Amino acid sequence: MAGRVRTARLHAALTYANLAPFVFFALFPFYFMFVTSFKRNAELYSLKSVPFWIQTGVITDHYAYLFQRTEFLTWMKNSLIISVLATSISLAIAILAGYSLARLRYRGVGSFGTAVFISYLVPPTLLFLPLSQVVNWLGLSDSIWALVVTYPTFLVPFSTWLLMGYFRTVPREVEECALVDGASRVQTLFRIVLPMAVPGLVCAALFGFTLCWNEFIYALTFVSQSGNKTAVVGVTADLIRGDIYYWGSLMAGAVLASVPIVVIYVWFLDYYVSGLTAGAVKG
Amino acid sequence: MAVGQRAIEAAGLRHAPGRLERLRQWWEQEDVFGYGLILPALVLLTCLVAYPFGMAIYFSLSDYWVGSPGQFVGLANYREVLGNDVFRQTVQNSFVFTGIALTLKTVLGVWLAVLLARDIRFRRVLRGAVLLPWVIPTALSTLGWWWMFDSLYSVVNWTAIRLGIMSAPGPNWLGQSSYAMAAVIVVNIWRGLPFFAITVLAGLMSIPREFYEAAEVDGATSRQRFWHVTLPLLKPVLAVVILFSTIFTFSDFNIVQVLTRGGPVNSTHLFATLAYQIGLQGGNLGQGAAISLFLFPMLAMVVFLQLRYIRKD
Repeated sequence: MAGRVRTARLHAALTYANLAPFVFFALFPFYFMFVTSFKRNAELYSLKSVPFWIQTGVITDHYAYLFQRTEFLTWMKNSLIISVLATSISLAIAILAGYSLARLRYRGVGSFGTAVFISYLVPPTLLFLPLSQVVNWLGLSDSIWALVVTYPTFLVPFSTWLLMGYFRTVPREVEECALVDGASRVQTLFRIVLPMAVPGLVCAALFGFTLCWNEFIYALTFVSQSGNKTAVVGVTADLIRGDIYYWGSLMAGAVLASVPIVVIYVWFLDYYVSGLTAGAVKG
Repeated sequence: MAVGQRAIEAAGLRHAPGRLERLRQWWEQEDVFGYGLILPALVLLTCLVAYPFGMAIYFSLSDYWVGSPGQFVGLANYREVLGNDVFRQTVQNSFVFTGIALTLKTVLGVWLAVLLARDIRFRRVLRGAVLLPWVIPTALSTLGWWWMFDSLYSVVNWTAIRLGIMSAPGPNWLGQSSYAMAAVIVVNIWRGLPFFAITVLAGLMSIPREFYEAAEVDGATSRQRFWHVTLPLLKPVLAVVILFSTIFTFSDFNIVQVLTRGGPVNSTHLFATLAYQIGLQGGNLGQGAAISLFLFPMLAMVVFLQLRYIRKD
């Protein structure tokens, strides 16, 4: 008996020992960015100091620099507006499309589903050049609206695909009962099906927001005026100054611009895990 | 559904069918409603995915520069691109980058998933920690890696030198071709591994316990159980994950753009970063479009395999 307990303990210890390098690999860059953002320049650029912790005192100058000397707050505000708007628009379109593809029978439904799936796989890097011209023609270039309009191109296919899986889990009988009772199709969708697919909606909204906030190539390509940039592009492109002593503020910007995502992530961890697997595997 | 329609038709018969009522009846038909709901998505995808895709093809066949609509030049852009040494280097880079990163992500991802599937404490926290690199904006975390690979203050070199693995000053990670390629691959693995691990983990959890119990009764060792039970049953999940990752690794932009901008001497350029440099920064939209369209064969292959796989499912 004691022997079995011991082997079980040994087994667990082995598992932790094997997991440790993975967890270290995953988290160390974040830890290092965080530590860097609070270090004095003299310590950052000294070959004698130990890089792993702060030896000469914690300072917040790098953060103060962001707020006082850069447009960091504007970038954050832009990111927030773009992400909320693009996610809401895409979710509205995806709810309708997802329900239509998952539940209704009509000619061509299969090929529409395939079309949505194919556009889900098209990488943004394939389309950014012509899209920059489309944005130009629409008169939206160099504004946050360029991104509000183009982000749905990857959000709608993704959310539609995700929601289709959730809509399929709603029992058909419930819907049919509602229709028999004289509810219209629109009422059935909004009063019966949607409330039962709330976890899917939360998941699609979370992923949508994250994808928008993190998006890089469109935001880099379509917007060049500093005041219209998103947080990710602003920090990546505008914080690098002529001299080499910018790492503190650069890391401070990267940490702060990630905070909204980290907060949402910690709060809704299980949704991320289930959404990731639903999006890729069940699709 | 049929019952519902009959009920509505019956309701329609009771009232004299006014124009509004007829419209309502028309709208309540399953196919009309279905087309109506899918319409916004189709309009969006037609205007902002299919149309730009067509434009990309047109650009690639013209001498289109930023600000000057070009003329049709046939396959000149493709000929020029294929004869270009930088482009050939890019093709080679893309295959090296994708091949190595994908292999390591698959192997490490399965290993990590197996570890995370074990019945241990702090499982949820561990999963959350491991998934983090996938959630944080890649461009921002790559900035952190950039600092970690700094030519003078690299923490990687500092540690390796102290541990006696490297002799001072250690490699200039982003300044030497093969090291720079290694660096972008490491960051890609770092960022993509969670996706593999968590998806494979979901696949592992769906394998019925009885399979393992039966194998154990038959006297299979844990290694045999992995090779003969786990791996074959994981195949469908693995296939989907690998296909997904192929297209997104092959078309990667963020990591290379932030870490090396394709350098040193084009040794880490991928299709997307080269297309950005030539099409946008250089203003040669025609050639840029031709370069990014080289992503298409890979995309087509993945779509084909995915659709075949899904249809079989």
